[in-house]
Amino acid sequence: MHARTRSIVAAAAAGAMALVGLSGCAASAGSDEPLVGLVIKTQDNPFYVKMTEGAKDEAEALGLNLQVASGDGQSDVDSQIKAIENFTAQGAKAILVTPAGDGIIPAVKKAQEAGVVVFAMDSPLGADSGIDGTFATDNYLAGVLVGEWAKAALGDTEPRVATLDLSTDQIPVDVARNQGFLEGFGIELGDPSKMWDETDPRLIGHEVTDANEAGGRTGMEKLLQKDPTINLVYTINEPTAAGAYQAVVAAGLEDQITIVSVDGGCPGVTNVQKGIIAATSMQFPLEMAKQALQAVEDYLADGTKPKNSDGLDFTNTGVTLVTDQPQDGVESEDTTFGLEQCWG
Amino acid sequence: MNRSATDLPDDERPSTVTAGFSMGLVEIDQGARLSPLQWIERRMLSRPLIGPVAVLIIALIVFSIVSPNFGTLQNFSLILQQVQVIAMLGIAQTLIILTAGIDLSVAAVMLLSQVAMGRFAVSVGLPVEISLVLGIVVGIACGAINGFIVTKLNIPPFIATLGTLSIFYALNIFISDGESVPYADVPPLFNWLGTGFRVFGTTFTFGQVLTILMFILFAYILRNTAWGTHIYAVGDNLEAARLSGIRVNRVLMSVYVVAGLIIGVTAWLLIGRIGSISPTAGAAYNLASITAVVIGGTSLFGGRGRIMGTLLGSLIVGVFSSGLSLAGFDSLWQEFTIGLLIIGAVAVDQRLRKIGR
Repeated sequence: MHARTRSIVAAAAAGAMALVGLSGCAASAGSDEPLVGLVIKTQDNPFYVKMTEGAKDEAEALGLNLQVASGDGQSDVDSQIKAIENFTAQGAKAILVTPAGDGIIPAVKKAQEAGVVVFAMDSPLGADSGIDGTFATDNYLAGVLVGEWAKAALGDTEPRVATLDLSTDQIPVDVARNQGFLEGFGIELGDPSKMWDETDPRLIGHEVTDANEAGGRTGMEKLLQKDPTINLVYTINEPTAAGAYQAVVAAGLEDQITIVSVDGGCPGVTNVQKGIIAATSMQFPLEMAKQALQAVEDYLADGTKPKNSDGLDFTNTGVTLVTDQPQDGVESEDTTFGLEQCWG
Repeated sequence: MNRSATDLPDDERPSTVTAGFSMGLVEIDQGARLSPLQWIERRMLSRPLIGPVAVLIIALIVFSIVSPNFGTLQNFSLILQQVQVIAMLGIAQTLIILTAGIDLSVAAVMLLSQVAMGRFAVSVGLPVEISLVLGIVVGIACGAINGFIVTKLNIPPFIATLGTLSIFYALNIFISDGESVPYADVPPLFNWLGTGFRVFGTTFTFGQVLTILMFILFAYILRNTAWGTHIYAVGDNLEAARLSGIRVNRVLMSVYVVAGLIIGVTAWLLIGRIGSISPTAGAAYNLASITAVVIGGTSLFGGRGRIMGTLLGSLIVGVFSSGLSLAGFDSLWQEFTIGLLIIGAVAVDQRLRKIGR
């Protein structure tokens, strides 16, 4: 009985694998369009899901054959290296990658040596990576915008500031947003490439959250336990902000505490509209995909490579402050704009 | 050798069928004088909760001295709120670990169950009560699938649930598109366990009450029912249990299904805790639930342990996390400490196994 069940399962599994293999061949064969590989970080984040959708639409419009591979998490370098190698072997003309870490640099160099043009999206690679172009949000500026807004919004109130960050690992995006926020708010930074070395007494504390709701809630609870007079909280992203708000409500402090965030996801913008998050900096994954694929087309036409934005080592795909409480001297859009432009 | 069933602590007394599956019987030479260490070991064998209780009490005292904000009723309520989801998953995990199994998929089942609730209610538009029940049914179904793979396909639980971890997580992402249902769209019933009442100026939630009640219920079931005794017997020695007439596969299957039910209810608890329905919040709770069980003194090798130990294990993790945070340590050191606790707990278990043999 058991042996029989097992053989049935084995047969079914073999059949399924054969089908997958066949359909894979069918998809890659017979297309004359230039192959472009897109390597994202993870599928459990709507940011990358939306970016993929945008890339597919744009590729279709430009007559490119886009194939997508995904890593298995925010820092899964290994799967990304394999995906880059596979696309290179398949004869891709271009590869777009949202780097999970500098560990992919050797794979990128090998692909370039094989004649593939490689662009980064969302996260920049290390300075001397030799990448052919980068399309990303200026995360530092994203932080500066919510910082400036918060400073104006607090006005004469004595600030009691706390931050809910991603992790203890000092990940570049995490650091850039945090430090940008502090600079925008007017807190003197220590080493700008390091979080939590500031000594300003207005800064009450920080907790790490894994950038999700559960972490936001627990982190905020710990901060309030340390000091219930906190009145301004910066959060690494909107799910964290949503979790933090739950803790704020549970403590009955929703009138005292202002929460700001970064991302521009649709649930986040909805929360801005409801007053749960006061202001957020929106990034544009669709724009990243669109500009990167246009750069691929330009390159395939005459070999031109994209230009970096002024003063940056990447092409800035834009960041916009979204809030329904505009402040003098701080440019922003309202949530009507936000809900039209949001992703996820 | 003066072993008999009466040597066993009350809550481990086996039924007549399973007498012989001893869970740490002690051989005591009445004449010999015991060293203090031996005396402690003897106590810990007959009262397995002593270890975790001692760690918890010492931690509470130390942190109360170090941080003035720590020793408040409000903070104790908060700690329980922070660990309630892991503790509930820990009940399911304890049942499975007692059978000498392990479930690596608990968090994935919780997320799938939770996202299903959200989809049934928000996208499909079914009545909220029915969506809630269907979400819990999804949890039960996942448990049944795990149980089927373990009992019918004879795949070890570690491998079976390693596989279903990926399968359930992928389904969860597929169904949700990786997107959260924002707080504003979540029906109030889904959030009910996050609401509560005030006593002595402190907020308590219905989720906390449910968690405590579930622990009492399952502690009772494991102590006082034949099913409970069978779980210990299967975990202690599968072959011997089979030979003494226990329908081993039926017991295992029932454990996985009940675990699925508990996890389905935990999905409801998680929504109450974080307010929105997120396909990724709590994905790390697989290992956290095992941590709670291990620190609570339940043996990873099956057959010995207490459900209340898991509550204590969860609270120990929560107390260290809160205490270290209030004392100004980074979360890095919280992880570091929890690692030490895990190794310490297993070292104690190994030692007790050796002398209890």
